Amino acid sequence: MTYKLLIVDDSKLARMSAAKALNALYPDWTRVEAATADEAVAMGSRNSFDMALLDFNMPGRDGLELAAELKAANPSMPIAIVSANHQEEIVARANAIGATFLQKPLTQHALGTFLEAAVAQLQAANK
Amino acid sequence: MTARPPVMLSELQLDALTELVNIGVSKAANSLRAMVGAQVHLSVPTVALVSRGEAIGILSEREIKNLVAVHQVFEGDITGRALLIFPETKSLELVRAITGGDLPLEDIIELEQEALAETGNVLLNSCLATIANMLHRSLKMSLPEVLRGNATTFFSLAPPPEAGDVVMFLYIDFAVRERDISGYIAMIMDLPSLTALTHLLDEFIERTTG
Repeated sequence: MTYKLLIVDDSKLARMSAAKALNALYPDWTRVEAATADEAVAMGSRNSFDMALLDFNMPGRDGLELAAELKAANPSMPIAIVSANHQEEIVARANAIGATFLQKPLTQHALGTFLEAAVAQLQAANK
Repeated sequence: MTARPPVMLSELQLDALTELVNIGVSKAANSLRAMVGAQVHLSVPTVALVSRGEAIGILSEREIKNLVAVHQVFEGDITGRALLIFPETKSLELVRAITGGDLPLEDIIELEQEALAETGNVLLNSCLATIANMLHRSLKMSLPEVLRGNATTFFSLAPPPEAGDVVMFLYIDFAVRERDISGYIAMIMDLPSLTALTHLLDEFIERTTG
């Protein structure tokens, strides 16, 4: 079973870095990328994705706001907030939304742990 | 003397630099959060290749005249200066937040210089060390220095720039809303460093995405 991952980050480099890690972990998965929350939402109406990796600090709406919107539309979607800014308030807000907090720079190992849990979560939801 | 050709950064190099600064400042914000005990809000960083005059203009436009800055020079493959800047009126509030708020005003005023230098030291080091680590280079940091003045004072510090009038200017706003503290972190790099920086950024991009 392959999945589709949404990557939202205003930094192209950060998206490329996440894509590199994803390709190393699950080469047969697909991904869609967006540079802003609005772009991601517009994309969501066109094609579906199974899980999302969202940068926190972006121009316009931040990753937590986007996560809340995605969760409202699809409560079982696994979402990770990615940021170097691991202040308690931000981590707590991510947890409150039901999102996982991952530190930047994102490592392949950290992404792997999140994706593994995400797959388990999706499989459990589909049973 | 012929003017050096301006160093242009590609879109991806600029993106990589912005992301590096974003990560560096975010780590610094974590340190500040630990010191003041309240959330530190950050803006999205702005990175621009501008003349010294334009950089001064950007700062002057957004801030009142009386500014306090903690200033540190960094040296290595890239050389430049990093500044933690805020309006003078906010500096006592910052010291108050860091010391816990129980101290009388006289003590706070007495502590101000030292507390500012130390806060700047922690924040700027945290930011620069993160950037240096991600670039796989070490940077030597000078001791922090507390300066008072305005944008022109801060950008005309000795030693004079080695070449050219163009600087790489990066800044990011931070605010501790609960304590009415706000300011920004700015970094300026001279042109000779910029050439070295483009090579470091290429290596970084290759490691990250290759």
